Order: sequence, then structure tokens, then C-alpha cells
Amino acid sequence: MKKLLIKNGKVISPADGLNGELDILVIDGKIEEIGSELEDKEAEIIDAAGKVVTPGLIDMHVHLREPGFEHKETIETGTKAAAAGGFTSVACMPNTDPVIDNASIVESVINKAEFEGKVNLFPIGSITKKLEGEELSEIGYMNEAGIVGISDDGETVMNSEMMRLALDYVKAFDLPVLTHAEDQVLSGDGVINEGYYSTVTGLDPIPAAAEDIIVARDIRLAELTDSRLHITHVTTKRAVELVRDAKERGVKVTAEVTPHHFTLTDEAVLTFDTNTKVNPPLRSEEDVTALKEGLADGTIDAIATDHAPHAFEEKNVEYNYAPFGISGLETALPLVITELVKPGIISLEEAIEKLTINPAQILNLDRGRLKEGSKADITVLDLDEEYEVDVDEFYSKGKNSPFDGFKLLGRPKATIINGEVVMKDNQVL
Amino acid sequence: MSFKHKHLLDLMDLTREDIQLILDTAESMKEIFTRSIKKVPTLRGKTIINLFYEPSTRTKSSFDLAGKRLSADMMSLSVSTSSVVKGESLVDTARTLEAMGADAVIMRHSIPGASHLLAESIEASVLNAGDGSHAHPTQALLDMYSMREERGKIEGQTVAIVGDIKHSRVARSNIWALNKLGAKVRVIGPPTLIPVELEDMGVEVYYNLEEGLDGVDVVNILRIQLERQEAGFLPSLREYTKFYGVNERILELVGDEVTVMHPGPTNRGVEITPGVAYGDQSIINEQVTNGVAIRMALLYLLTGGEKIEETTN
Ligand SMILES: [Zn+2]
Repeated sequence: MKKLLIKNGKVISPADGLNGELDILVIDGKIEEIGSELEDKEAEIIDAAGKVVTPGLIDMHVHLREPGFEHKETIETGTKAAAAGGFTSVACMPNTDPVIDNASIVESVINKAEFEGKVNLFPIGSITKKLEGEELSEIGYMNEAGIVGISDDGETVMNSEMMRLALDYVKAFDLPVLTHAEDQVLSGDGVINEGYYSTVTGLDPIPAAAEDIIVARDIRLAELTDSRLHITHVTTKRAVELVRDAKERGVKVTAEVTPHHFTLTDEAVLTFDTNTKVNPPLRSEEDVTALKEGLADGTIDAIATDHAPHAFEEKNVEYNYAPFGISGLETALPLVITELVKPGIISLEEAIEKLTINPAQILNLDRGRLKEGSKADITVLDLDEEYEVDVDEFYSKGKNSPFDGFKLLGRPKATIINGEVVMKDNQVL
Repeated sequence: MSFKHKHLLDLMDLTREDIQLILDTAESMKEIFTRSIKKVPTLRGKTIINLFYEPSTRTKSSFDLAGKRLSADMMSLSVSTSSVVKGESLVDTARTLEAMGADAVIMRHSIPGASHLLAESIEASVLNAGDGSHAHPTQALLDMYSMREERGKIEGQTVAIVGDIKHSRVARSNIWALNKLGAKVRVIGPPTLIPVELEDMGVEVYYNLEEGLDGVDVVNILRIQLERQEAGFLPSLREYTKFYGVNERILELVGDEVTVMHPGPTNRGVEITPGVAYGDQSIINEQVTNGVAIRMALLYLLTGGEKIEETTN
């Protein structure tokens, strides 16, 4: 019998109504008891005094690059980065090579994660075969193999009829459709947000409308099919408004935002640093303000990283040639604390909701809670630690972060999965 | 005062004083042109490399001549897009240039910010000779020089830039320079070729040529890329010429005090008629001459050459 006792932490689990100084006793990977002044002489003790203890964080949107792009990241390095970032579960997108568009690849990813993964891994299958937008993937088979949703992330299903069919079809399996909302004809060869900074830099622009149009379309299709739509990486003011309106009408729509999109504006692009190149692009001040409002009023349900690691040489090129993406797992929580919680945009409880129970519910995961009998996925946070981001310390192979050198407040200190400590004091064990 | 910048990447970061110093230095360079031996030993022993990812005979030979008149060792490296495709990166090339002992690298490239990347990858000074739609600082500086020479001053002048503003590095650099030097700037072009939020750069936008030219002192006409029609920005070049081409009739309308400029080479009969390009009000040829002086000044200021000797002849 393996026992773990987390003592004296401030335990916060919004879904369970917990918020106070409590101890948690874990036996054999399950939460045995949550209470005051628990004792167990055989248990390994984690002293969480002065720290916050939450359900294990869930990142519902990462790219682990395996199979096919192992030079950028692998399941092993990506899940280590997740553990370092305080995440106990991640959902990985299917734009690998080959694409995760059939059951056997789903199985191989799950198998690999079992042997090499540090955290729980939940694959997302593609909507269409090879992400080509033309034929539905074998969603039923993939569901049996263990997917938690479908997405052509990186690509938009531009054919509205195909998107309608996908939304209709998934109802048989109660899976959400995760949409990458970008009118790819309108965004064209664009690399940054259309606005003052695209005008000044001369870099090809992507108008906010490219996102708004697909968000509007997909909300309408979710309404038509009465199906579950999740909008990944929302970045525009109008998209937030569209989601807000749709929710008011009772459409089954949810949305996520990334830490880089609520932290940076497109002004960051003035340096031509390719680590600012991300899709959707960093938006205007006005959009960032709207994202924060959307987070605050509950329009935006989840915070997800869209962790997109790339090799150094791939980013050390001219702006247009660099791939889109930011390595996000290891700075996510500190950015949430620094940019949202500390300035009072959302409360700590709300932040935890958006990083635990909400993504769990969107993906139908039996996680994101702290209750007796549940799997002991737990994260311990230090809200007061100040530190400077150093990409060389990342566990991710992707050092492509625009936050290198940023001074942030708040840091994950321990990651516990099924009662097993996999990260402690910023060291992945 | 001295020039405090190591590179010349764009004009956004330069102060009014920086720009004035460059223009004043160019004036003493232009004086060298009048000597019987148009060459000084100022940059003897310095290696300057022209690195061109895009063909441009004009800009390249202007830099070449500028370097030679200052006695620098000039070298050219034309990089075809095929070697880029083969995987030789700009950073690799920078390492090669470093190994060759370059003191300054002049780069023309099709992607905005490429000269910033080069500047970060190399010890030598980098001169941006045009990076995509972003900046063409030496062109803007020679435009300022020519304007100041012709008009006597830049402050208070109203300058209209006509054409494809959206894709023009010349327009962007001109806008920074003109604003810093106290001119009023207008742009004129079809709405599809005007980028968003341009007013925030400190310009007035006109879609109508005659309205836009009313009351201006200088009209700077941009070269229209013929492929803009294929890309759908224009219904036809014929239509562009009708609504935005500068011809004798329009020039008559705006008056004979107006100075006509063009960065060259012109598409004759498209954005400008030959009569206007070669007419009394045009200073297009002076722009070419002044380009050499400006580039001499910049090579001198950036690579820290010896003092220019007084005239000996
Ligand atoms: Zn993604």
C-alpha cells in the first residue's frame, strides 16, 4: 500500500466546494480522505504549508509532435514539460505525421504514453482524414480506441457541409468538435494580426474577421445540429461576443483562450522575433481586453496552452519562413497567476476551474476534482514565488517562447498523478 | 555629434538629429563627386558585402559605387531563391560572411525583418537595402536629401505619396522620415492598396488623386508592381492608370511649383507618363545621384571610416 499525505495546504477545488486549509491522504493512487489534521505514520509527507493544493491541472490543447516530428517534441519530452508545468493531464491534437485519423494511431499514441509519458495523455482524433477536410475520419473506431474529441486543429474544415456532418455524426458518441476557427482564404499568406503593427512592419496580415467568420459559422452549425462545439484558441473581441451571445441562446458552445493571447499584443511583433509568430496571431489591445472580459464573465470556459514546440533552427529564420507556435506548457500557470489572478481579472478559484474541471467536462474526463474515492491527480502551487523564465530550463524540446526572461509570479511546485509524485520543486522525477 | 547606431535597419528608431546628421554627411560626400578623382581612401581595408536575395540593379550598383568611391573592398553575393530552397539559411550565410571578415553587409531581401535577423546573427554592421514591404531606409534618406536640396527645407512641406502603399517599403520609410522632419504626409491610392490603420502612422489618406494632390509641394510616385492585378488588388492596369496615373494634365492642375519624385525604375505610361518623368518638375535623375552620396555617408558613419580629407584639387 502506497500512501501519500499532503499536509497544511490551502486546498481549492471549485467543483467540490473546497477552499480552506486541509490535508489530503492518498492511498494506492486514490484520494482516501480530505480533512483537518490527518495523520498517517506510513505515508510519505508533502508539506504544502503556504501553498495551494488543487486538482491536477488539465491542458486540453497541446501538440506533442509524435509521431512524425520527434525533432520538435516527443510524447516523453512533451509530457515531462506538462508535469513541470503542473499539468497532470493533456489532450493532444492530431496534426502529426501520420495524422491521428484512425484507431490504430490512437492506440499507438496511448500505448506510447503508457510507457514513456509522465502525465495522462488523451488523444484528440481528426475530424477529416489527413486533415484534408474532405472525408470524415473513422470517428467511432477512434472513440473506441480512446479519443476525447475531434479536431482538424491547424486547419479549418472550410467546407460548411463537411463541418455540419461532423457535428451531426459525433452526437452518436457524445464527443465535442474542437474547431480551429480561421477562414483560410481570408487569412491567406498572413503571418501576423492585421492592424497598426502589420501596417508598420509590412508583414502580411491576418484580419480578425478571418476568425470571427468561422466562429459565427460554426456556432450556427452547432445550433443547427444541436451538437457540442468547442472553439479553440479564441483571440478576437468579436469572437468572444459571438460565443457570449450563443451561450445566452443555449447553444452548446464552449471556448478556450491561451496564456500568450491574453498576455501579449501584436506590438510584440515589432522585434520580428519569430517566437511571437503564432496562429491565431497575437491580437490588438482591444482584443486582449475582450478576452479578459470573456474570462471574467465565464464566456471563456478554459485556459489551454496550444503548446506548439519547434526546433530552434526552424524558428531562427526569416519571419515568413518560421513555423507558427509557442512552447507553452511550462509558462502557462505562472502567466495565469501573473496576468489574471494577481491583477484581479479572475479569482484564483475561477482560474483553477478553467484549468481543471471545465476542460475535464468539455472532454468528458472523470478528472478535475478532489473528492474521496477519485484518482489522486493533484497539483501544488506556490502563488508567491517570483522567478525569471529561462527557456534553457524547459523540459520541452521547444525553447520557442516569447516569455524568455520574463519575471513571473507563481509557480507549480509539485505534480502528483495517481498518487505518484512526478514533479517536485521544479524537477521532473 | 556622432552616429550612435551600429546598423541601419529602418527609420522608425532614428531621431530627427540622426537623420539630419546623415543628410549633412551626404552633402560632404556629394562634394567628392565634383573632384577630378572621385575617390577618397576613407574606407581603405574595409570589406563590404552586397548580399542580394532579390535582383535590384539600381540599388546594388548605387551601393557598389558608394563603397568604391570610399575605397572599400566591395564584394557581391547574389543568393538565388533556389539555394534558400536547398536549405541554406540566412543564418548560415551570415556565418559565411562573418568568416570572410565583412565589416558591413548590405542586404536586400523579400521578407520584412530579414535584416533584423541578419543583424542579430552577425558582428558586422547591417544596412537594410529593402526588406519586403517593411523598410527601405536608404531610399527614404535619398528622397529626403533630394527634397531638401530641391525645396530648401522639409519642415512644413506637404508631400503626397501615390500608389501601392500597402506593399511599399519606400512609402513606409518615407512616412517615418517625413514625419520626423516635420513634413505633412498624404498618401493617395486605391483602397485595396492602402493598409489598415495607416492614419496612426501620421498620414492623411486619399482615394482620389486630384483631391489628394491639391495643395501639395511634392508628389512622390511609387512604382506599381504589375502583378498586383493578378493578385486581385486591381481590376486592370488600364484602370489604375486612369485613376492614379500622374500625367501632364494632372500636373498642370496642381501647378508648376510641385516637385515630382519617383524611386525608379518607372513603368512608363502606367503610374507616370514619360513627359512627367522627364519634365522640368521632375528630380528623378537627381535622386539617383544623391543615392550614391547618401550611401557613402551611411557606409562612412556605420563602419567608422577615417576623416574625409579636404579637397586637394
Ligand atoms: Zn493547436
